[in-house]
Amino acid sequence: MFEEGSIFNQLLVERLNYFIYVVLLLIGLWAMIAKNNLIKKLIGMSVFQTAIILFYVSIGVKDGATIPIYLPEHDPHASHLPLESNASEVGAHGPQVLEASLVSSYTNPLPHVLMLTAIVVGVATLGLALSVCLRIYRGYGTVEEDELLEKLEQMDGQTGGGRGRRRPRKRSPRRNTQESNQSRKVTSAEKSGSQKPNSSRRPNPKNAKPKPSGESLNKSETKDENRPKPVRKRRKSPPRKPREDSSQ
Amino acid sequence: MTDHIIWILLFPLFGAVLCALSGGLSKKICYPVSIFSMLGSVWASVCTLIQAIESPVHEVSYILGGWSLDLYPRGVGIEFRADLLGALIALVVTGVGLIVSLYSKVPVQRETPGKEPMYYALFLLQITGLAGIALTGDAFNLYVLIEVAALTGYGLIALGTNRAAAATFNYIILGTIGASLYLLGVGYLYLKTGTLNMVGIREVIESQALYDSPSMQVAFVLVLLGILIKMAFFPFHAWLPNAYCHAPTTTSCLLAPLVTKVMIYVMIRMVLTVFGVEFSFESTWWTEVLPWLVVVAIVCAAVMALAQRDIKKMLAYLIVAEVGYMVGGVWIYNYYGLIGSIFHVISDACMTLCLFLGAGIILEKCKTTHFDGLRGLFAKMPLTMIGFFVGGFSIIGLPPTCGFFSKWYLITGGMVSERWEYMITLMFSTMVMVVLFFRLIERIHLAVDESGKNLGKGHGDLGLNADQTRFDEAPLSMLIPLLLAASIVIIVGIYNQEVVNQIEVFLRAYDLPTGVNYQ
Repeated sequence: MFEEGSIFNQLLVERLNYFIYVVLLLIGLWAMIAKNNLIKKLIGMSVFQTAIILFYVSIGVKDGATIPIYLPEHDPHASHLPLESNASEVGAHGPQVLEASLVSSYTNPLPHVLMLTAIVVGVATLGLALSVCLRIYRGYGTVEEDELLEKLEQMDGQTGGGRGRRRPRKRSPRRNTQESNQSRKVTSAEKSGSQKPNSSRRPNPKNAKPKPSGESLNKSETKDENRPKPVRKRRKSPPRKPREDSSQ
Repeated sequence: MTDHIIWILLFPLFGAVLCALSGGLSKKICYPVSIFSMLGSVWASVCTLIQAIESPVHEVSYILGGWSLDLYPRGVGIEFRADLLGALIALVVTGVGLIVSLYSKVPVQRETPGKEPMYYALFLLQITGLAGIALTGDAFNLYVLIEVAALTGYGLIALGTNRAAAATFNYIILGTIGASLYLLGVGYLYLKTGTLNMVGIREVIESQALYDSPSMQVAFVLVLLGILIKMAFFPFHAWLPNAYCHAPTTTSCLLAPLVTKVMIYVMIRMVLTVFGVEFSFESTWWTEVLPWLVVVAIVCAAVMALAQRDIKKMLAYLIVAEVGYMVGGVWIYNYYGLIGSIFHVISDACMTLCLFLGAGIILEKCKTTHFDGLRGLFAKMPLTMIGFFVGGFSIIGLPPTCGFFSKWYLITGGMVSERWEYMITLMFSTMVMVVLFFRLIERIHLAVDESGKNLGKGHGDLGLNADQTRFDEAPLSMLIPLLLAASIVIIVGIYNQEVVNQIEVFLRAYDLPTGVNYQ
């Protein structure tokens, strides 16, 4: 099965690193596209980035090679010196250009160094994405994509596309013949009815008195168009003042 | 001081640090700090452009960390190279950054109160990233700078409403896929050529004739696919409209003109400088397929723009259509198409800036950008509307504006390559733009009821009441940048030959078909 030249040999023995990275890459891609939960999507993103890191690191590896740190026996000036005085001697003479035969026993350090940068970028992306998830959860009370889309659609239907809040009032007398429009309104009314227990569950953090985290939470809620107006106004004014004080 | 090229990045970088650190002391200094660092950056990029024009090889090089080219082979150390194209794009980036930072005073205070220091820090880092993309000569460094620009962009967009946070999440997922695919492609390039320097990679490809190497083909597909996702080319555009529409005003003014255009610059850089003309156009099948994808992209984006009832959304779909123009200009593969593409990157940045600044003012004054809220706006804010429509006319392609000339070169390129489908699509899209903007003009000038019926009685009576016609112009800090942008659109249009000359000097180094057969 694993004899020379067969497909199994090529995939699982000779090119095992590429095989694994492609499998991981596809798992990550699938999770990012197909998963419904936003956190699972982020886990997929992490797997995706890790697969690329594996690819880079594996191309720097050589059979039987050591870590790329200047060995004392490779330094032409330090070779005859005892090991203790070696450190200062290297500094005095500076690094030498090594011959090809000596270099071949080191692994290639560059891919590893590149991946340090890529890991940092990945961590930053993940942190940012998690904080965005947190804001989505505080704003909409869900991290499931289908529920989120439902709520977004509902919001767009209520406000006429984000900012144009005057629109639905104007629109209803004009297009009274369009049944689809009316039926959509009915469903949105139903949804807002069914959503009530959900939204009544959530005010908990808002009633908690302004801790720093609670303030930023309230701030993000002030622009939320999902809520009824009178409640929003009451909530809007008190948290503003302490927040500006605390940021000074 | 001869190393102006690095100061282009250092000014906004240190400005960002200063903004972030000084936030505890005083929020008021952030606005001047951002303006001064952008002024310094614009000055440095003008100097770099002049140096590049005057130098015999038409490029300026700076190697970070002193790994000079004389002592070490190319590829050791990170190089910043400004050839004429890179210097022009850097000037566009910093110029747009300056205008937007002038504009930002009122909207930033209103939309992100209390967070100004962090907002300006992200803003300046964004410009650092974008200008760095334009100048870097190292393929991996390009990835890092793309991610710097992308991460700050996510942050800037997510500062908007809760809706913006939902849009940002999509942007993060797609943006990360795009950047990671690019990184993977660079991995294959490094595997095959052993260097990360852009010019070094091309030298290896040409000296070892790697045109048929499967690894190089994989690298090419991965790199280009990643860049196409990042630039919101049509099937991958889903992140763009919502992100730009719900972002804070200043953010959309900064990102909309720059991010997609800079990514198109990256594509041109990859095609010409990294892979080389022979590899990109002769050894792959992209020239056959991509113009047809462009046709689909432009038509779909234009139709979707037509369906929008909100100015910002409409403009976002226009950007997707314009991306189609520029990608097509590259892949029809000839000299004039590339001139058109590069010139369109510059002119599209100017005119998109103009339109988004105008839309920002409308949002500031009317609290809505929906079409129904625009009634009779011209009587109220004539200067704003003139600025807005200079941008609109440039998108349509009316002669004194720069949009006309870039479209002229694109259509010439389509004709020379006998890509009739691309030409016809450009014409079709122009018609759609005419409909889009003249529909807006009608709404802005006249009182039109919802079904489009004119309420005025003619003879100077527009059907507006006195309240709707009272002169109520935007604050000067917003109006002046808009008029500045509008005049740049016209000035670049009038002096288009100066810009095109520099682009021609840049392109002459590459062996491109001109379509003229002197046999």
